Amino acid sequence: MIHRTGGLIAIVVAALLAGVGTPAEAKDKVKVGFIGPLTGGNSVVGIGGRNSADLAVRLRNADPKSKHEYELVVLDDECKPNVAVQVATKMATDRSVIAAATHYCSATAIATVDVYQKFNLPIIVWGAVLPDITYRKKIAEVHRVNGTMINQNEENAELLTKIGYKTFAVIHDTTDYGKGHNKYFSESLEKRGGKILGTFGVTADQQDFTAELTQIKALNPEVIYFGGLTPIGVRIRSQMDKLGIKAVFDGTSGIVSDAYIQGLGPLAEGTLAFREGAPTEKLPGGKMFLEKYNAQKYDGAPEAYGPFAFAAMDLIVDTIEKVGPDRKKVIAELAKVDNRDSIVGKITFDDHGQNTVPVVTKYVVQDGKFVEWDESEYASGKRKLPGQK
Amino acid sequence: MDVGLIAQYIMNGLMLGTMYALVAVGFTLFFGVLDVIKFSHGDVLTVGAFVALATFGGLKAIGLDSQPILLVIMLVVAVFATALLGMVIARTMVLPLRSAPPLNTLLITLMLGTVLREMVRLFYPEGANPKPFPALLPSGSINIGQFNLRYDNLIMLAAGLGVIVGLQLLLNRTRLGLAIRAVAQDDETARTMGINFTVVVLITFAIGSGLAAFAGIMNGLYYNEINFGIGLLLGVIGFAAAILGGLGSIYGAILGGFLFAALQTIGAVALPFASAYKDVFAFTVVIIFMAWRPTGLIREKISERV
Repeated sequence: MIHRTGGLIAIVVAALLAGVGTPAEAKDKVKVGFIGPLTGGNSVVGIGGRNSADLAVRLRNADPKSKHEYELVVLDDECKPNVAVQVATKMATDRSVIAAATHYCSATAIATVDVYQKFNLPIIVWGAVLPDITYRKKIAEVHRVNGTMINQNEENAELLTKIGYKTFAVIHDTTDYGKGHNKYFSESLEKRGGKILGTFGVTADQQDFTAELTQIKALNPEVIYFGGLTPIGVRIRSQMDKLGIKAVFDGTSGIVSDAYIQGLGPLAEGTLAFREGAPTEKLPGGKMFLEKYNAQKYDGAPEAYGPFAFAAMDLIVDTIEKVGPDRKKVIAELAKVDNRDSIVGKITFDDHGQNTVPVVTKYVVQDGKFVEWDESEYASGKRKLPGQK
Repeated sequence: MDVGLIAQYIMNGLMLGTMYALVAVGFTLFFGVLDVIKFSHGDVLTVGAFVALATFGGLKAIGLDSQPILLVIMLVVAVFATALLGMVIARTMVLPLRSAPPLNTLLITLMLGTVLREMVRLFYPEGANPKPFPALLPSGSINIGQFNLRYDNLIMLAAGLGVIVGLQLLLNRTRLGLAIRAVAQDDETARTMGINFTVVVLITFAIGSGLAAFAGIMNGLYYNEINFGIGLLLGVIGFAAAILGGLGSIYGAILGGFLFAALQTIGAVALPFASAYKDVFAFTVVIIFMAWRPTGLIREKISERV
């Protein structure tokens, strides 16, 4: 009898414990995705983006008020369109992934938009700047938190003509990214009276640029505009020096990374570059972001686009919290995003899913750092770029 | 076109040609002694360049500042390290597969190349980033109009050509060279004549891989930048150059290297369409050449191999 009572009590206690324990513990798991270049020449920026997206997920999981437990599925697009289509398909066909922050490289982002549309996976682009990604056609599934290269190149042409430069040579890589930059920069520049003496398309894995640069040297431009990413940017700037070319090196957002400065050392001095968004420290949530990021001891810096990856992932989990883990509902909800606070500033998606609050920051490399142009000694006249008036 | 400009293009082409020739010679050596195509050759070059850079960092850390001494030590360490790597690859992957179809060797070395490349990227500190390579040669230059003749380029060109001539002498004038040529011609007979086949093969792989390290350092000094992907395209171009010249012939490899550089330069400069197509142009011409002379420009005669 005593035994039986003891057993009963044990069962009751166990049942009670289980009853009390479950509601707090048993959050359902929701998968969210991240795609970026994790291997290859652009992996530094890709890993920074992945860590930032991971941070957004971790912070949410640590929040006792969150309704779900999030799991980040990470895939590598290698910055190659063919690989990107494969991994995007893999992610989109996995119905347990509700939404994703995808792509740093424009070439991969533009290649995959149709995949996301076909499989109804809502995505937010976190770094690619080619306008066509959102503007080629209306795709409800595709959004972008960062601005486009149109804004970048308007600012770029504006500043350079204002400083007094008139003659330019253009080197761009032959991916969609490089070709887009060439197009929008040339248009913006010609509107402002600048003259392009020569345009050179180069492949994204080219090592030797001496033939192109020798031709450019003969054309004698004041500025060499470069539309492409860090690895070949470093090579071109370094080979310019070898051939004794004194022109100003003017890059795009593709070279705004610590890797550019490390790769060149003192030669990076005086390089111009333009990027959407304010510098991380100056973003509304930049300080918080950097503090939390550093606390996680990740294996690399967030790099220039980390804050966008964080904002994209944060918006995704916010939306899932609100409407539940359902792709269709998330798509409908993202279309309504208007004047929403994020660490990169207000986010408002237009009818193409493009964030319409573009802030472009002008940079110049000064003493081994990307410094905002307006605060630099080059803007104040204390130092001068070659040929600066 | 301005004469100075033409001279500049020729100089650029010669520098490229020397690097390509050094890589192509490696392919030819391996093919000569073992009839194998070792596709990891380009990535061995990358390893050589990164070993040199790491050596530079180490020497700087212990306070060594003399540029010539730095350069010599970097060269010695990198050449020995890759020579050793070449021997290990030959011993563990190429020799055991001798009786297997040649495709297997090609495949296994192709995969090894990826492993080497990714290891540099993953395990060298911040290996994914482009790395500045120190300028250790005199930096002055002579400027004649548009022509900018740099002293460091002259030294590299002379050193590269010197290495090629040295290799030629080694193969034609020494007992080791004789043994390599004997193995290349007929390994069975060479063995019966008392030549240690395995040792000769290992030494040949050491020489070829050492040459790759030399080309890697030259690449670093020329561009002042290296990255984990440099060997990828250089490997393909070196291989194309070796085939173009006639796989198995040293002279063919050298000729192929310079010819490929000339094609690229012409593709970038003289053709009316964008320079983006220079590789397309160069490789297309190689395809046409191959259709015209399937065994390469310098036809391989068995008795003159290597």
